[in-house]
Amino acid sequence: MSTATPESSNAPAAPLIQISNLNKWFGAFHVLRDINLSIASQERVVICGPSGSGKSTLIRCINRLEDHQEGSILVDGTQLTRNLKNIDLVRRDIGMVFQQFNLFPHLTVLENCTLGPIWVRHMPRQEAEETAKRLLDRVQILDQSTKYPGQLSGGQQQRAAIARALCMEPRVMLFDEPTSALDPEMIKEVLDVMTDLAESGMTMIIVSHEMGFAAQVADRMIFMDDGQIVEENTPDAFFNNPQSDRTKLFLSQILRH
Amino acid sequence: MFFRDQSEMLPERPAPITEVGVIGWLRINLFSSYGNAALTLVSLALLVLIIPPFVSWGLIDAQFSGDSGAACSGIGACWAWLDQRLGQFFYGFYPADAHWRVNVTALLLVPALLYVLVDNLPGAKFGRWFSYVYPLLAAYLLVGGFGLEVISTDKFGGFMLNMVVGLTGIVLSLPVGILLALGRQSRLPVIRLLSITFIEAVRGVPLITLLFVAIVLLQLFLPPEVSLDQLLRVIIMVTLFASAYMAEVVRGGLQAIPKGQIEGAQAVGLGYWQTMRLIVLPQALRISIPGIVNTFIGLFKDTTLVIIIGLFDLLGHARLLQTNPDWIGDVDHEAYLFSAAVFFVICFLMSRYSVSLEKQLSQDRH
Repeated sequence: MSTATPESSNAPAAPLIQISNLNKWFGAFHVLRDINLSIASQERVVICGPSGSGKSTLIRCINRLEDHQEGSILVDGTQLTRNLKNIDLVRRDIGMVFQQFNLFPHLTVLENCTLGPIWVRHMPRQEAEETAKRLLDRVQILDQSTKYPGQLSGGQQQRAAIARALCMEPRVMLFDEPTSALDPEMIKEVLDVMTDLAESGMTMIIVSHEMGFAAQVADRMIFMDDGQIVEENTPDAFFNNPQSDRTKLFLSQILRH
Repeated sequence: MFFRDQSEMLPERPAPITEVGVIGWLRINLFSSYGNAALTLVSLALLVLIIPPFVSWGLIDAQFSGDSGAACSGIGACWAWLDQRLGQFFYGFYPADAHWRVNVTALLLVPALLYVLVDNLPGAKFGRWFSYVYPLLAAYLLVGGFGLEVISTDKFGGFMLNMVVGLTGIVLSLPVGILLALGRQSRLPVIRLLSITFIEAVRGVPLITLLFVAIVLLQLFLPPEVSLDQLLRVIIMVTLFASAYMAEVVRGGLQAIPKGQIEGAQAVGLGYWQTMRLIVLPQALRISIPGIVNTFIGLFKDTTLVIIIGLFDLLGHARLLQTNPDWIGDVDHEAYLFSAAVFFVICFLMSRYSVSLEKQLSQDRH
């Protein structure tokens, strides 16, 4: 560090995502309890926890696929409320990858990728196609670009879904159990793409049970249970020296099989 | 033994004769079991019993010329009226010197339909525009004005009336039905309630009732100086009736689309209308094709109900012929048979188009 700019010396850069006192209910069920979490630009956060602990719900709140009842979520300074304009703004900046891929089966892989840029970013078709091809090449399925999702393997579909999200040039990528629906031999190809993405400096929030992958790419591990954040630590400390009993139990169950 | 080493490839052999060729086809399709074989034989016997007498009645013994029913023997079919009445069956009471306008409209319908229904035709870009403009062009040609002699819509009749009411209803009921189906799933209670009320109210009432309302009751509520064209009222009612059914067919398709599709679209940043137009409806409508075409066919046949309110469509003219003193008693079957055949051709074409569309769409994707 030779020259420190005034901004970086006085105040640390505002976090890209700031979640404060977040509470959410599904009907009477209290699914998220007082979540406080801030995520800096270029940070990689892996969230794990038993099923039903609210980890998917939490990241689905970040791009407003779920609404929340209490607390606030700020994404790059934009407050997420019922305001549709804000929701659109936030969704443009956030890419999401789903467990079930959610590719559009009636469109080719290339069309899946160009849809958002053309209709949301109003990019000229040719430019959108060039971007899409570059990113499909990056996830190594450029040769599949004219096929329909139904003609691809699960691993290829998930890589196409990652490319589709990247085409919107997001500032954050959300991954909701991206490898849980894949056959074992296809998990690696998807994790490789995600590792590559992490190394390129993308801000990533990942819900996953792939602990080896988490140890490798995460800057921070978060363990959730019963709708709250139970433990938060660096991967090293998290795996080698977990503090809470619930974390220990969870890690012993997930690592033993 | 648990271990095996079959490294030598077994040679490929031709399929047995019972599986391929004519014999194979017969065996698989017609004589696959005792029950199937019995059905095949019974069907054959029925065909032999029905077809030859029908052909000799309808063609061989039939009378094709003559000025009245007296010319017909009564043994074969009496087609002598075709010569005199075919025009009325197709044009109704539309003035004879303007029949060319109906003919031109019908001729232009062919490219207008083709450019909508078939992909990759030459000149598709211009063709699509022609298809969009065609309804206006057809209305101008049939009704007149702007230099063409105006022909009142109560002169419309015969099969041309069925086509006008049926095609307009088909073209309008699909978009209205889609909007109603989306409205029924809307998160906004007012829109949802209005859609449900409309759909259930219209589906709960026979079409004839709606037509009576359109002709008789509507005038009571409108100021006396306002008079809505009879044909227009019929078209509106037929469209509303079909769109209520269409809404339910489309809703079935909408419900088959997984929630993940909508979430995927939202995550990419698409808004509600973009999500519906680009992601949900293309998939939902594809699933709904059989139901949609079914509704179209039903609508097209329902156009014969206009006879109730005094308009004479194809079936109306068949009845006029049957009660005409010159032909009474001689053409009871023939007039209906002819009308049925005309309707069958159109409805069968629609049905075949739907089958080929489904095949084409499923080939594209897998």
